[in-house]
Amino acid sequence: MTDKAKRISANKRKGKSVGAALLNIPYMVWAMIFIIVPMFIVAFYAFTDADGAFTLENFKQLGEYRDNIADSFIYAFIATVITLLLAYPFAYFVTKCKESTQKIIMMLVMVPLWMNLLILTYSIMNIIEANGIINNFLQMLGLERLQMINTPGAVILGMIYNYFPYMVLPLVSVMSKIDNSLLEAASDLGSNAVSRFVRVILPLSVPGIVSGVTMVFVPSVSTFYISQKLGGSSVNMIGDIIESLINKVATRHVGAMLALVLMVIILVCIMLMNRFSDDDEGGMIV
Amino acid sequence: MKRFTSLILSILLVVSLFSFVACGEKEPEVDPTLLEGSYTKDFAGTTLKVYNWGEYISDGAEGSIDVVRAFEEVTGINVEYSYYDDNETMYSELASGASYYDIIIPSDYMIQRLIREDMLEKVDVSKLSNYKYISDEYKDLYFDPANEYSVPYNVGMVGLIYNTTMVEKAPDSWEALWDSELSGNILMFKNPRDSFAIAQQRLGIDLNTLDKAEWDKAAELLKEQRELVQSYVMDEVFNKMEGANAAVAPYYAGDFLSMQENNPDLAFVYPKEGVNIFCDSICVPSNAQNYDAALLFMNFMMEPVIALANAEYICYASPNTAVINNDDYKFKGNAILYPSEENKPKTQWFHDLDGDIVGYYENLWVKIRNS
Repeated sequence: MTDKAKRISANKRKGKSVGAALLNIPYMVWAMIFIIVPMFIVAFYAFTDADGAFTLENFKQLGEYRDNIADSFIYAFIATVITLLLAYPFAYFVTKCKESTQKIIMMLVMVPLWMNLLILTYSIMNIIEANGIINNFLQMLGLERLQMINTPGAVILGMIYNYFPYMVLPLVSVMSKIDNSLLEAASDLGSNAVSRFVRVILPLSVPGIVSGVTMVFVPSVSTFYISQKLGGSSVNMIGDIIESLINKVATRHVGAMLALVLMVIILVCIMLMNRFSDDDEGGMIV
Repeated sequence: MKRFTSLILSILLVVSLFSFVACGEKEPEVDPTLLEGSYTKDFAGTTLKVYNWGEYISDGAEGSIDVVRAFEEVTGINVEYSYYDDNETMYSELASGASYYDIIIPSDYMIQRLIREDMLEKVDVSKLSNYKYISDEYKDLYFDPANEYSVPYNVGMVGLIYNTTMVEKAPDSWEALWDSELSGNILMFKNPRDSFAIAQQRLGIDLNTLDKAEWDKAAELLKEQRELVQSYVMDEVFNKMEGANAAVAPYYAGDFLSMQENNPDLAFVYPKEGVNIFCDSICVPSNAQNYDAALLFMNFMMEPVIALANAEYICYASPNTAVINNDDYKFKGNAILYPSEENKPKTQWFHDLDGDIVGYYENLWVKIRNS
């Protein structure tokens, strides 16, 4: 390439990026005001005391909440694994359907997202309550009543129910891009169904798994409300503790500290997750 | 063409929804001849900002009077209505100066704090023609001894709600909330002050004690209770008690009446150790922008018809004699809302506590919940 041609192409690239930057300004301003600034406010609260003076005192209380943080990660992990096991075969099945059927199925997956989280959680409460729909049904059949609400299982159920669509969507989008000719080629070369899955489909759907897992795991770890309503006093998720701490003036700074610590842990988790997927298709989160 | 048709169809759908809603507006909310005070249109077109608890005014549901609309119709004032869940939220919003309100309806101890911090405007109650209806029992209360700042709106007490099919014998003490037989069927307040109050009453400690050791003692008792408690609740209590998903719960007497309508197995008792009594009163903050309209609103809220509608909607006890003595009042002489002299429980008011003590018990509360 001549120097002139280089210059022109560099200018072109530059022009494009200036245009893109201009279009980006509204969102950048938005992100600044509603994402970056609030994060600094959280950090500010975490490192100050009630008088606004710098202190590390808040972090000394971290140990008291160690078990809650651990519990939250365990529950979120279980919920994510179950969601993945449910969603993966389902997503594969969806991609094999006719396009019109696919549309209907995907709409059914999305319907819960059209409804408010509070209403969904309240409905689940009514279904699994000690005297709820399931138990009344069991009693009618002459069976033992089950203790479902106010157990960790109920919280995990709530998470799976609420976050299932976020797992299905990226999986479907990645799987539908898998070229059928690759599978045909694999068969021609003597692959059976198992090895086709292990050596072709699974590796190609990793980006979808990574983004689905991230989109389910992150909100699950910091879940609140769902755990309060469905877990009763049996579960103390870190999200609920942060909420109750931040709501009270006296404990606001400790709450901010916990929120900050949780944010850092989640960030580290996501970075580790993304190492599994070197492909940036399917939506990298960080 | 197909797209064009669907566009037209969706527009029609939206428009028809709106016209359906609009059909509702016809007759006036309340017959103006029933109102006793005089409501001129002098302030028509101005805005009145009202800040109240959620679900704490008759709103037109199920044939009741929509009080805010009725006021707007009579005065031409435009009401901007917003609501809060607890006194502290209301206080921090007011104290931050981020927004102003013309009317607020805080509880007793919060009024005490607002007066002390010079955040309320004085109100000359002699100019409110309907003030004569306020029962003497609710005048000169501790937080406003000379009735200079507030007009009582609702009063109430906390008590114990239980499901008669789930408890062996009718409880008469807060001890029921520590009964191991009921383990997993006990509900408790989610807010620390109300929960501590119950433990303090069991221990015979003053609800407003400034002695941290006494707060520690109450905290010990609450910690003991922790593993028996099914859930710490506020509004979820309705769902849980009505559906027989818990056996006992402490809550506000008035709310019990609405629960009982949905589940006749429920019963209520004022525990013998004593209960917390409260009074929510209408006040004008000192940064109010529409003081005269606020006074009109106060007077309007004490109107016999309006107060009756509110009392029946909210189900709390009314301090308004025109309501209490009205034969048509749904809860006239109700033994729970208006216990007779000999059945009155021992009562204690909350007082505003020092920030240091509040911080202390809030910290204790987090530890109890987390133990």
